[in-house]
Amino acid sequence: MADSKELRQRAEAARDKVAAIGADLDMSQYEHQAETHQALAEDELCTMPAVDQQNLLLSGVDVSGKDRGGTFIMKDASPLHCSSHQDGVEVLPLKKALEVHPWLWDYYWKLVDVDADKYTAAAELDLHDGYMIRALPGAKAIHPIQACLYMDQDNIQQNVHNIIIAEEGAELHIISGCATGPHLTKGLHVGVSEFFIKKNAKLSFTMIHNWSEGVAVRPRSVATVDEGGLYLSNYVCMRPVNNLQMYPTCHLNGPNAVGRFYSILVGSPTTDIDAGGRVILNHPGCRAEVVSRAITNGGKIMARGHLVGKAPGIKAHLECRGLILGGGAMLAAPYLDGFVDGVEMSHEAAVGKIAQDEINYLMARGLSEDEATATIVRGFLSVDIPGLPPQLQAEIDKAINATDEHAM
Amino acid sequence: MLLIEDLQVELSGKLLLRHIDLEIKPGETHVLFGPNGSGKTSLLMTILGMPGYVVKNGRIVFKGEDITYMPIHERAQLGIGMAFQRPPTIHGLKTRQMVGICAHGREVDVQGMAEEVNFGHFLDREVNAGLSGGEIKRSELLQLMAQNPDLMLFDEPESGVDMENMHLVGETIAHLLQKDKAVYHPNGDSIADSRRKRSKMGLIITHTGYILDYLEADSGHVLYNGILSCPSNPREILRCVAQNGYQECVNCMVPLSAHLLEELPTANAD
Repeated sequence: MADSKELRQRAEAARDKVAAIGADLDMSQYEHQAETHQALAEDELCTMPAVDQQNLLLSGVDVSGKDRGGTFIMKDASPLHCSSHQDGVEVLPLKKALEVHPWLWDYYWKLVDVDADKYTAAAELDLHDGYMIRALPGAKAIHPIQACLYMDQDNIQQNVHNIIIAEEGAELHIISGCATGPHLTKGLHVGVSEFFIKKNAKLSFTMIHNWSEGVAVRPRSVATVDEGGLYLSNYVCMRPVNNLQMYPTCHLNGPNAVGRFYSILVGSPTTDIDAGGRVILNHPGCRAEVVSRAITNGGKIMARGHLVGKAPGIKAHLECRGLILGGGAMLAAPYLDGFVDGVEMSHEAAVGKIAQDEINYLMARGLSEDEATATIVRGFLSVDIPGLPPQLQAEIDKAINATDEHAM
Repeated sequence: MLLIEDLQVELSGKLLLRHIDLEIKPGETHVLFGPNGSGKTSLLMTILGMPGYVVKNGRIVFKGEDITYMPIHERAQLGIGMAFQRPPTIHGLKTRQMVGICAHGREVDVQGMAEEVNFGHFLDREVNAGLSGGEIKRSELLQLMAQNPDLMLFDEPESGVDMENMHLVGETIAHLLQKDKAVYHPNGDSIADSRRKRSKMGLIITHTGYILDYLEADSGHVLYNGILSCPSNPREILRCVAQNGYQECVNCMVPLSAHLLEELPTANAD
C-alpha cells in the first residue's frame, strides 16, 4: 500500500524536477486555486451553458448521457457529476474512492512514479481530483463510460489523477474528452492516469481532446496488462494546443497480452506537440502496435514510438506517418529495442506531402482541388482501429470530419 | 460532340502529340490503336486535362465549349470521364465513398452497381489498395457508372483482365456507351429510335481489340509517333496491324500527311 507520507516527501523532492522530454514550463505562472463549482445531478447537466455542452460534444461527451454507460465530469478543480448506469462498473471521484475503498491505495501511484518530474509531483502535492473507473470481474460494459475534464477558469492549472481498473475478464470502454471553455486564454492541464488491465480483460480508452491555443498539457500515463489482456489507447488531438508532451507507457506483464496506441494529431501554427507511445513486451506471445498519423500546417510535431522486446515470440510494429502541409516541422523518432532471440519488431516512418496524382485522380471524378485535398487528408487521418466499438470509431470519424479547417 | 483540331501537346518539354484531328459525335464510339509509346495515353490525358500535358497548338471543344485550358474537375463536371489504367491508391478512402464522390450528389445505388461489376465485396476497401489488374478495371468501371459522363475514355480496358471477367468488362463498357449487342426495346422504341437516342461518346485504347467482340465501334484510328491517322473500320485496322505491323500504317499515312512526317524517325516502330 502507498505510504502517503512517503509519497508526499518524494513529491516535495521533485517539485522543481525538469521533465525528461518537452519544454520546461514555469508552473508559477498559473493559478492554483480554483473556485468551487456546484455539483450537478444527472437531470441538471443539461442546464450547463450551451457553449460548454457544445464543447463537450466535440470531445465525444454528451451530457444527455445517451448511449453512455456512465458519466464523470470535472470542471476546473471540482467534480461536477459522477454516475454509472451499468451493472459491474463503478465510477467515483478519485478522492472519494480513496476514502471508501482503502484497497485503492494499492493502486495509487503504483505505475507512475510520483517523483518522475515536477508535473507528477504537482499532481500529488496539489491534487484537485480525478476519477476511478472500475469494471468488476467478468463485467461487460455495453456502452462506453464518458469522462470529461473541463477547464473553464482562465489561467488555471488543473491537477488530475485517474485510476482505471478492468478486473479479470472484464470489458470496458471509456471515452475521455478534455476541453476548454470559450474564454480561457491560458492554462495547464496535468493528468496522471494509471491503467490496470487484469487477466483476459479488455480496455479501450479513446481520448478526443479539444484544447485551445494557450493551453499546455502534460499527461502522464502508464498501463499494465496481465495475461491475455488488451489495452487499446486512442488519442485524437486536432484543435490548436500550445504545448503538449506525453509519452504514455504500457507494460505487457503476462503471456499473450496486447497493447496498442493510435494517435491522430494536427499541428496548427501555434502548436508544439511531442507525443508517442511506448510498449514493453515482457512475456512470450505479447503483441504491440504503435501507430501515429500526424499533419502539420505550421506547427511542430514530434511523433515518438518505442518498442521493447524482452521475451521470445513477441511481435510488435511501429508506424509514424506525417504530412507537412504549408509549413511547420514534422519529426519522427521510432525506436526498437530487442533483448532476446526470437523477437519480431518492425517500424515504418514516413514524412511527406500529398501526392499530386491522387489529387488529379479525384479531380477527374469531379472534385475541386481543395475538395480533393481535403478528401485525401481525411483519408490519411482515418485509421481503422480493430477492437474499437463502432460507436467510438464514429466519434473519431466525426472529430476528423469536423476539423478540416484546422488540418489545412 | 468532342472536336479536336490540330492538337500539339508537350510533356516535360518533349513533343508527344504532333497533329491530332478528331471528331466524336454523340452516340459514337471510337477505338485508338498504336504501338507502345505512340502517345495514346497522352491523348486521353490531354482530353481529360491532366496537368503536365501542355497544349502548344490547336484546341479541344466539348459540347460546344472550348475546354483546351479548362481544369480537370470542370471537364469532369461537364461530362468527361476516364477509366484509368494505373490509378493511384488512396489510403483511408473507401471505394464506397469514392463511388459516392463520382455520383456528385446524385442518389445512386452503390451496392447494386457494385454487384453488377462483381465488386460488391471490395466496397469497404481503400480505393485501389492491393487490387489486381482486373479488379482495378472493375473498380474504374464502377466509378464511371456512378459518374455517368457523356464522354468516356478507356485506357486499355482489357489489360490484366481474366477470361471470365473480360465478358463482364466488355458488356459493361458496351452498356455504358449504349452499344449493347443485345437487341432490345427498353421503351418500346424501334431499333432505329434507340439508335437515334444514343448520346454517349467513347474513346477506347486497345492493343488486342478484344473489346470489339462486345461493341460495334464506329471508327478506328492509328496513333503513331504523335500523329493520328487512318480513320477507318476498326476491325480492318486491327487485321492490317496484325498482319503487317504498325510500319505499314506509316507507309499508308505518307501520302496523307507527308508534310508532317518529314521529321519522323521511322526506325523505332515496334
